[in-house]
Amino acid sequence: MSNKERIRKAFKLTIPVLTGYICLGIGFGIILEAKGYGVLWAFCMGLFIYAGSMQYVAVDLISGGASLIATALTTLMVNARHLFYGISMIEKYKGTGKKKPYLMMSLTDETYSLIVSDNTNDKRLYFLISLFNHCYWVIGCTVGSLIGSVLNFNTNGVEFVLTALFVTVFVEQWLNCKNHLPAVIGVVSTVLCLVVFGAEYFLIPSMILITIVLTVLKKYTVSEVNSDE
Amino acid sequence: MNDYRAVLMVAIISAVTMLLRIIPFLVFEKRETPVFVTYLGMVLPYAIMGMLVVYCLKGITFLASPYGIPELIAVSLVVLVHIWKRNTLLSILVGTLSYMIMVQFIF
Repeated sequence: MSNKERIRKAFKLTIPVLTGYICLGIGFGIILEAKGYGVLWAFCMGLFIYAGSMQYVAVDLISGGASLIATALTTLMVNARHLFYGISMIEKYKGTGKKKPYLMMSLTDETYSLIVSDNTNDKRLYFLISLFNHCYWVIGCTVGSLIGSVLNFNTNGVEFVLTALFVTVFVEQWLNCKNHLPAVIGVVSTVLCLVVFGAEYFLIPSMILITIVLTVLKKYTVSEVNSDE
Repeated sequence: MNDYRAVLMVAIISAVTMLLRIIPFLVFEKRETPVFVTYLGMVLPYAIMGMLVVYCLKGITFLASPYGIPELIAVSLVVLVHIWKRNTLLSILVGTLSYMIMVQFIF
């Protein structure tokens, strides 16, 4: 495959991510701008953090003055799922040479979902997919910040975009699997910890409780998860 | 909040995120992945998404006005629209716009 063909193919494959990242990136940029952090912040956060949901949470943390330890731990919780993306990419990313550091660091939910379902084993294509997605995201964040600074509209409530994103993914996952126990365990454990530990400290206990319950109930959760995907 | 501290926070978030993405390659590249880790990798994404939904809704107060009504309506709309169309972008747009309209003009 020539480079031109490969670029065209990568672009075609990433179009769904393009629309999603631009919209979510714009939402992020607007919220960040509303909290008083301008376009350079949006650009740098998009470039260096490059994790959609975490960046929304980060706006909360930064504008709310969270402690540095809480910041690190929250990032750990929210992004822990990336550990498992990596595990399933170990084989695919073998022999990628100089591109490997970038491929590893740019492994977002969407990039993962595109590359894991690709069977061409074309490492250059994987690199292009990763790079294109990253670009869409940075552009989205930057444009959102600019929109937020130019248009002075009432952004009250725009933070719901994050809730809507998570609910959508939750529903999508629910519809795609037969065993709903892991999802239920996640919700119930977290609500329980929210009640017991309060809104400020419940994330870490939730994560621990979820891991324990999932481990104890392994017999019941493992049976049919993913069986019809 | 001063900018120096915010820069530090962004750096921490970035570093932790990158570490999480790299660690599996460093740890499991040369050995078999333990069954326990594979199991968690399979079920954790479902549980974590449930956790994140609750995290987003943590600020709701059911005992005082508006009693979490805008959130309940908007979340229900997202669920229904998503089951109906299975279009992520549409679901997010409908949910966010309806929520913004509710908190700005109604509640």
